[in-house]
Amino acid sequence: MKVSELVKELNLVVFSGEEGLNREIRGGYVSDLLSDVMGNATEGEIWITLQTHRNVVAIASLKELACVLLVSSLKPEQGTIDHSNSEGIPVLGTTCSTFEIAGLLYQKIKG
Amino acid sequence: MIELKFHISGGDFDTAGTASSETKKILKQLNIDSKVIKRTVVALYEGEVNIAAHAWKGEVAVTVKDHQIVALLKDEGPGIADINMAMLEGFSTASPKVREMGFGAGMGLPNMKKNADLLEVESTPGVGTTVRMSFDF
Repeated sequence: MKVSELVKELNLVVFSGEEGLNREIRGGYVSDLLSDVMGNATEGEIWITLQTHRNVVAIASLKELACVLLVSSLKPEQGTIDHSNSEGIPVLGTTCSTFEIAGLLYQKIKG
Repeated sequence: MIELKFHISGGDFDTAGTASSETKKILKQLNIDSKVIKRTVVALYEGEVNIAAHAWKGEVAVTVKDHQIVALLKDEGPGIADINMAMLEGFSTASPKVREMGFGAGMGLPNMKKNADLLEVESTPGVGTTVRMSFDF
């Protein structure tokens, strides 16, 4: 599934990194510990987190993740938006909690 | 042989990741195996973040040889009192501010060890730490 398709289906906000909306999502990873994501996330996954600072995009880019999804109406910092635009990695948002959105995503991607 | 050098300031998380990101671009241009690139950038990023989180300042030098990438991370800082403890997963001396950002989970050095073919850590408390990693391809 493409990032753009998921945005439509789950009514997600696109904060930045529109250039990467064609990226393919192959799975998901849920974590707020950056080293955990660095060590254990896999290329092409959507990363669900409540961290909003620019290192999130640095990690997503190094790990070649599909996109980042911020939960509970959280908004990215300006540095995060700038970095996301320059790297072409979408930063998305949802009003749902981590639990709710992870459940919905699991059904869409693995279901 | 290619050598890349980067400077990291203590506490500067905005530029942490630059060395890994630039190194990744060069390694891709050199057509190095993507699995080796992945291992290298994960370990290098952890090393950069360690300098930003703990040291006053540091230098990162990455050398690409015929069949090996060598990363040398040298910092001036408080050093590591007990390297064996620091290598344990979950052990961290990071500040509350650093932990709030999602760093400081005690996974940095273990991640570096898992991803590098060789990891050497030397430290003098009150002076600084030197980390040498190599990645074979």
